[in-house]
Amino acid sequence: MRHSIESTLHHFSHALSNALISEKIAARQTLLQKIDVRIRLIGTLLLLIAVVLSHTYRGILVLLAIALCLAILSGVSLFTLAKRVWTVVFLFTAVIAFPALVLTPGPPISSAFGHFQVTETGLRTAILLVLRVETAITITAVLVLSTPWNKLLLATRALGLPAEIVTILGMTHRYIFLLLETASQMFESRKSRTVGILHNADQRSGAGKTAAVLMMKTMDLGNDVYTAMIARGFSGEARILEEPRLRSRDFIALLAFASAAFFCFWIGR
Amino acid sequence: MHIPDGYLSPASCVTLYGLSSVSWYSALQRIKRNIASRTIPLISVFAAFTFVIMMFNLPLPGGTTGHATGVAIATIVLGPAASIIAVSIALALQALLFGDGGISTLGANTFNMAVVGSLVAYALYHAIAGSSEITSRRRILAAAVAGYLSCNAAALVAGFELGIQPTLYHDPSGAPLYAPYPLRIALPAIMIGHLTIAGLAEAVVTAGIVSYLQRADLGLFNHAQVALPAFPSKGSGASRLWLMVAVLALLTPLGVLAVGKAWGEWSASDFENQQARAEIARTSRQVEPPPTPSGIRKLSGLWTAPFPDYAPAFIKNPIFGYVLSAMFGVGVLASASAAVDRILRRKPKGELES
Repeated sequence: MRHSIESTLHHFSHALSNALISEKIAARQTLLQKIDVRIRLIGTLLLLIAVVLSHTYRGILVLLAIALCLAILSGVSLFTLAKRVWTVVFLFTAVIAFPALVLTPGPPISSAFGHFQVTETGLRTAILLVLRVETAITITAVLVLSTPWNKLLLATRALGLPAEIVTILGMTHRYIFLLLETASQMFESRKSRTVGILHNADQRSGAGKTAAVLMMKTMDLGNDVYTAMIARGFSGEARILEEPRLRSRDFIALLAFASAAFFCFWIGR
Repeated sequence: MHIPDGYLSPASCVTLYGLSSVSWYSALQRIKRNIASRTIPLISVFAAFTFVIMMFNLPLPGGTTGHATGVAIATIVLGPAASIIAVSIALALQALLFGDGGISTLGANTFNMAVVGSLVAYALYHAIAGSSEITSRRRILAAAVAGYLSCNAAALVAGFELGIQPTLYHDPSGAPLYAPYPLRIALPAIMIGHLTIAGLAEAVVTAGIVSYLQRADLGLFNHAQVALPAFPSKGSGASRLWLMVAVLALLTPLGVLAVGKAWGEWSASDFENQQARAEIARTSRQVEPPPTPSGIRKLSGLWTAPFPDYAPAFIKNPIFGYVLSAMFGVGVLASASAAVDRILRRKPKGELES
């Protein structure tokens, strides 16, 4: 079993590398990146609603095709999607969907696993679940990989979120990376001081202490940030910059997203 | 416990977004009224902390590892209202930026972990810790129990949400459209992992942090709660409660979206109707139902409800019928509560007014 410190460090570096890849793709000026982020967010939500509302493969397959077209238009390579999204999601969902093949009551089909028989209903259920989850996550991944995260969080204002929540979202996003780096350094320094093998109980105790120290640092950081905000004139009221006005191409994109979502919902009823 | 997109039906997603929205609104109002302009930075950094804590890999007894959610420690340090917001923000960022949990299921995930988790952790921690010294071992035990049970309560609610999907949402052939397993499979499947691994991870992190803070920084227990009190100011709770009840009453027509009858809620006439019998057999793993059981036949006429199936006879629109039934039910319960309250408050004879 991998050492828990190494495993935690691996999680941290994975999160940081995900963020870097997104920033790199988001900086490209391809078709989707030219559309206002608010429209991209609303369009993604419309497509997700269509995925959830579709009751047949047809509608979901068309939505998957749309997601793939959007990925290509945004400069997100299909290899990146396959590596970072499809494989992981497929393995996770397949583990959950696989028993449905034999546990869902229905007319049996020829294949059999010992005493268990694969049912036709079970097969359809498993395929529909895997396809639905893969499509939904692909649509979200295309948006996330092709949009600067700070802009994406600010765009949530278009969904009617209060200014306080949008401000907290933006600040949390910023401090996640600072705290990830701090936690990463704490784990690395602990690893560099460790000689021999740590028993599970010691590892647990170490992780608890690290979490507690990180929390103390978090609270100190909260105080520092508050003092800095006060020094810059913060009065307790959250304010965010007005977003630029939408252009005609944004409205056309919104219409295209809405039409695609409605079409898929219609054929997937 | 992070439910991804595609596992819950649209009606379930909307209902759980509705329940979460009421909690977010209530928590935000509570925080705003009591602040403290330091609320925004404090919640922001704590949400970031919760996010990072979810990535800690903890070795557990038995050679396995697990992750904590940080909900219980957020509740102990910030109080339930701020914890609901901070954990919801962390979950939103996980779903939006890291693809952990879905966007359509974000309402469900925040309801399970942020709302149910925070409220259960708060109730348990305060029930067990009581008025004990801030440095007492009882508080470490309270933190461990709050962590373990809040995590399991959230998992139980998530299991319930997943388990009702195949009964409520399936195609005409009976194939489930969303999460495929009924409650009898979904609940044990999700609870075994949480009772044995995830709950322990939550208990270890929560108790570990409380224990360390008892030795290193006692002020932290009071510091944040001063800025973010857990309870609303006097007299303001009732109006919000009524608002929540009104919202929930308006959401009751979601019931008309459900297809078929809930398993086990059959009437005597259902056993005589061929179509209803086929539906019962389909939802009972193809076991043919018996002829109308004599007990059901005898007792079914014992009481005739004024609003059968939540639809009074004079109402033609089922949605309006649901809302009217909800308002009637709320009215009856409120009147009964008021009557009980009046009886309990009656002073014994001879007692002087103070």
